[in-house]
Amino acid sequence: MLLLTCPCCGVTAEETEFAPGGEAHLKRFGPGSADEDYESYMFNRKNPRGVHFERWRHAYGCGKWFLAARDTITLEVFGTYPAQTTEPPAEIVEKIKDRRPDWEGYA
Amino acid sequence: MSENLTSALPNAEFAGFVALREAGLQGMITLRGDLGSKALSKALSEATGCALPAQRKITTKGDHALAWMSPDELLILCPHDKAPKLVVTLSKALSGEFATLANVSDARAVFQISGPGWRDALAKISPVDFSTLAPGDLRRTRAAQVAAAILVDGPEEVRVICFRSVAQYMFDLLKTATAPGSEPMLYR
Amino acid sequence: MSHRLAQGGRLIDRSTPREFTFNGKHMSGFAGDTLAASLLANDQTLLGRSFKYHRPRGVVAAGAEEPNALVGLGKGDRFEPNQRATTTELFDGLVAESQNHWPSLDFDVLALNNLVPQFLTAGFYYKTFLQPRAFWKHVYEPIIRRSAGLGKAPSEKARDPDRYEQIYGFCDVLVIGGGIAGLQAALTAAQAGARVALWEQTAHWGGRAPVDDVEIDGKPADDWIKATVETLDSMENVQLRLRCMGVGVHDHGYVLGYERLTDHTPDSDAPRHRLWRMRAGQIITATGAIERPLSFAGNDVPGVMLASAMRDYVVNYAVAPGRDVVVVTNNDDAYRTAIALRKAGIGVLAVVDARAEATGALPEAAREQGIRVLTGKGIRKVKGGKRVTGVEICRIDSKGTAHTEVFSCDAVAMSGGWSPVVHLWSHCGGKLTWDEAGSYFRPDPDRPPLGHDGKGFVRICGAADGEMGGVLVNAHDAGKNAAEAAGFKSKSKKPAQDSVTPEAPMEPVWMMPRKAEYDLRMKMWLDFQNDVKVSDVQLAAREGYQSVEHTKRYTTLGMATDQGKLSNINGLAILSDALGQPIPATGTTTFRPPYTPISIGAIAGEARGPIFQPLRRSPLHDWHAANGADWEPVGQWRRPYTYRRAGETRDQAVNREVKNARENVALLDASTLGKILVAGPDAGRFMDMLYTNMMSSLKPGKCRYGLMCNENGFLMDDGVVARIDEQSFLVHTTSGGADHVHGWMEDWLQCEWWDWKVHTVNLTEQFAQIAVVGPKARALLDRLGGMDLSPEALPFMEWCEGQLGSFDARVFRISFSGELSFEIAVPASQGRAFWDRLMQEGADMGIMPYGTEALHILRAEKGFIMIGDETDGTVIPQDLGLNWAISKKKEDFLGKRGMEREAMTDPLRWKLVGLETLDGSVLPHGALAVRPGKNANGQTITEGRVTSTYYSATLGRGIAMGLVERGPERTGEELVFAGEGDKRIKTRIVDPVIYDKEGAKQNV
Repeated sequence: MLLLTCPCCGVTAEETEFAPGGEAHLKRFGPGSADEDYESYMFNRKNPRGVHFERWRHAYGCGKWFLAARDTITLEVFGTYPAQTTEPPAEIVEKIKDRRPDWEGYA
Repeated sequence: MSENLTSALPNAEFAGFVALREAGLQGMITLRGDLGSKALSKALSEATGCALPAQRKITTKGDHALAWMSPDELLILCPHDKAPKLVVTLSKALSGEFATLANVSDARAVFQISGPGWRDALAKISPVDFSTLAPGDLRRTRAAQVAAAILVDGPEEVRVICFRSVAQYMFDLLKTATAPGSEPMLYR
Repeated sequence: MSHRLAQGGRLIDRSTPREFTFNGKHMSGFAGDTLAASLLANDQTLLGRSFKYHRPRGVVAAGAEEPNALVGLGKGDRFEPNQRATTTELFDGLVAESQNHWPSLDFDVLALNNLVPQFLTAGFYYKTFLQPRAFWKHVYEPIIRRSAGLGKAPSEKARDPDRYEQIYGFCDVLVIGGGIAGLQAALTAAQAGARVALWEQTAHWGGRAPVDDVEIDGKPADDWIKATVETLDSMENVQLRLRCMGVGVHDHGYVLGYERLTDHTPDSDAPRHRLWRMRAGQIITATGAIERPLSFAGNDVPGVMLASAMRDYVVNYAVAPGRDVVVVTNNDDAYRTAIALRKAGIGVLAVVDARAEATGALPEAAREQGIRVLTGKGIRKVKGGKRVTGVEICRIDSKGTAHTEVFSCDAVAMSGGWSPVVHLWSHCGGKLTWDEAGSYFRPDPDRPPLGHDGKGFVRICGAADGEMGGVLVNAHDAGKNAAEAAGFKSKSKKPAQDSVTPEAPMEPVWMMPRKAEYDLRMKMWLDFQNDVKVSDVQLAAREGYQSVEHTKRYTTLGMATDQGKLSNINGLAILSDALGQPIPATGTTTFRPPYTPISIGAIAGEARGPIFQPLRRSPLHDWHAANGADWEPVGQWRRPYTYRRAGETRDQAVNREVKNARENVALLDASTLGKILVAGPDAGRFMDMLYTNMMSSLKPGKCRYGLMCNENGFLMDDGVVARIDEQSFLVHTTSGGADHVHGWMEDWLQCEWWDWKVHTVNLTEQFAQIAVVGPKARALLDRLGGMDLSPEALPFMEWCEGQLGSFDARVFRISFSGELSFEIAVPASQGRAFWDRLMQEGADMGIMPYGTEALHILRAEKGFIMIGDETDGTVIPQDLGLNWAISKKKEDFLGKRGMEREAMTDPLRWKLVGLETLDGSVLPHGALAVRPGKNANGQTITEGRVTSTYYSATLGRGIAMGLVERGPERTGEELVFAGEGDKRIKTRIVDPVIYDKEGAKQNV
């Protein structure tokens, strides 16, 4: 069971305080968008073996959403960061590169 | 209206290895807004006498207190009958601000736990390292299957706040956790 | 025969006798005994029958690894099957019974399985009972059910009276295992200042060291153990737990512990078991090692025991497992048993050593004591049925066709070497490496389980690390490293020095004799509990099983409740040999928690009875309970389904409530409806995104019904929105949807439109909300006074607030029933008083409360949809004829893009209609409309389904709504629904609004 640190209230807590929210950094495609874009927004997920960015809500705590960078195989957590961003912040990317030199980077 | 008001679980109490009782009616106001705003801290200080609390802290002045709930939310504690007026006062003071006030006094239940074993009791229902909590701290967490806020009022005094609808569950849960003979002797 | 020795027994208290019964027979033992020890002391060597062959079985081990000595413990409500006698502490009044025998332990009819063991070889279930198929249910299954299995489940009427609980613990260093290694590791870590927890699964500290004659700093191990425990106990940063087993190690330092508080003192008022949910920074497993059996014919006959277990019984409990013992071994350690037995005055006929020579210090010491040592030999077979009567000896390298010597003995001690307990290391991904010298898998320190920071978080020490002597230095290092990894500086001094007699190398013997023929191999047990033999594993290999995981499942090796603690390595070795590959190439099966079975009670913890799950109660709950409410679950809420009066059926009560709401005045507790405040300068913009219809144009003081869809365009929730002021809206949601909708709003505000100035506050529980419904509703409210609720002052779909009577009220003029209706919200603390006042004022008007079923019927008569009935997560508003509530002006709202998909405009979509049975009956829930013919798969073709169906007391017949292909355009057509079996029900498609279509009743 994971341990995560909520960047919004500073609490490190076990997984049962949080609610998972799937892949992070999805771009919303609304009315008039192309079918492929809408399909990708709604249904296509990276589901990688390895470095992954995902949404979590501190559901039993401060109620805020945040994002986590995590290895889906080893469960190593590279870091958590605020949800108000469209891509992983530089320091998180650095941390991942440090731990996973072979990582192809965020795309 | 001031007669026949009922709290969530009037007069509920239990003597386990800590003392447990429902705390009765408690005024509570949710304030959402920019906690960094000077206008906001000034308005709060004037209306309650309390300083703005730091992250996960409670500040108290007399029968008023401010509890940090999230980066943009405070819980204002006050006497139950003062809450409606305090909402009006603060709304006026914050009229230019992007801030939202709501009286939530009746949306919740408050339980008071007294005794040196409070950490041992709560350790059975919440995934929290209670050695890290001291008076003046607030921790929002899970109590078994419901959300709870734990307010540490003193070395041997805490309050547990939950939603009103689950007051009976919370009381039964706390009764079970504090039943005599089940002291885990974890925090000593 | 096995018996109690006149002297000795380091764990028993001879001054405190304990009475117990086994299969109804009265027996006695001493305080400190395990049940197994006291049974042996009473010469009860036969303890049960085996799983498949019903062979007699007795105690093999002395601890958690015991496969055979499983008993049913307790009576009635406290009965529990499959309890290990070796880990059950004796108490006065203990009641035990043996398992898996029929009709009795001594005489078992099904033991004839034993005469034809070929019949039950590996995979026999798959092979034997395939045909004829009809025989499965009535012939094979009943026989197999009677024959196979272990203990019986408790009676279905039994209700466990004991208490259980869970607890969350936190520590820097958790040490699992309280032997000398665990004690030392804990001491070192604690002295460094770390917060340390130390768990020991038995009732005693120190583990095997005192039995194995370990000396620490030149003194008996017991002295050091006592002193160290005292030191640890006095330290504030140390938590010691006896009778607490490490169950499993999980991700990120999460460890479960199983503390058995009162199993040994059942009359105590403490919880019986406590499940620890420990979060540890670093974990040290000091779980010791388990001795392996040897595979020789008849190694399962009662009286054959692990050599170390026999030593435990003699030293710890003063129990002699026999009068004349033969020891068989492939290592030096078993000589300790021979010496201990001899010291206790028990006859040791010989040590049979498979090795060509035995010249180590221990064999020499045995010889000095006059014990005969046979080398290069093994046991050909054990003689005896229900107990050992003798053994035949043969050359170890032979086929075992002839014996070289025969001993008359009543017990056999066997030792095939030791295997470290690597379970906890392995649970979370720690890897193993094969140790050639000791013939066991040991933890590979370079490949530990990885934690949240990507670093190893489990360490291992002592015998669990493969250290069979000199463990304190190894344990000290583990404690030091763990403390440092947890951020503490170790400042402890060097550890004490432990010493044992050194041992010469062991020599693996996986089958005895090495070239044994089939008739011997089919009597060599690998897995005692699941009755798996050497010949079964060999057969599996011949049949093509190569993966150890497949072989395990095919033969059931290691799949019993002991999970192969004794059988694992021996089975792997036999499989590897059969596959012609080295053991590491075969690998191990997966180690999974729990280490040993734990009680369901501990897993459930406090969650039983009234606190099995949180039930949400409205502020009026107590009134409902006191007034005949039949409850209905709505999410976690409990709402009154109906209020039954004396002599009424549920249906009668519902019909009465419906009629009364239509004719008089009725109250509904609507407090459970979600109420969410949406406020801020961008609130209108946000509301327009949430709802399919336009909300920003709503004027303060007005109400509007709205629909919420998810991004697929599927209907998610509905309700009435009231505009409070220019910057704020009050959103009403369904009862079950409030938390979800609030979370949904916050998700969009926090993660997508974080620059929008909108706040939400969930006010659901702040208010008691009561619907006052019926032609006399206004008259009733006028009696309370204080607010003008006339049609002019408060028209339909508006709201106002004020003092109603003495209550702080917000009155919404909305209707979900088609009647004149006011929904009134008062603060929850005033709710009960307000309800009481209404009931009192309305008494002469015929006021009654109504429940959710009447609510449903009232709305169905009006053709109002219900989320969850008319919707199922695949229904779009257009399917329900709600096109009017979908804005065409708005460029965007959640779900709009989803609705643009081709499939959403398919003319063949199922759409909402009303349904009327031709005979006036009530359609079954969920019934499907069928038409003649079959589809390509030979299935009946369906063209619709019932979504809501009720008896309408207003109309005196059944009414229904359903989703039907092409829907409303088929109004007037007949449609056939499938009933139970071949029954067909004819209906006509009608308008869903059956009652007061013009709205005359609500607009008064």
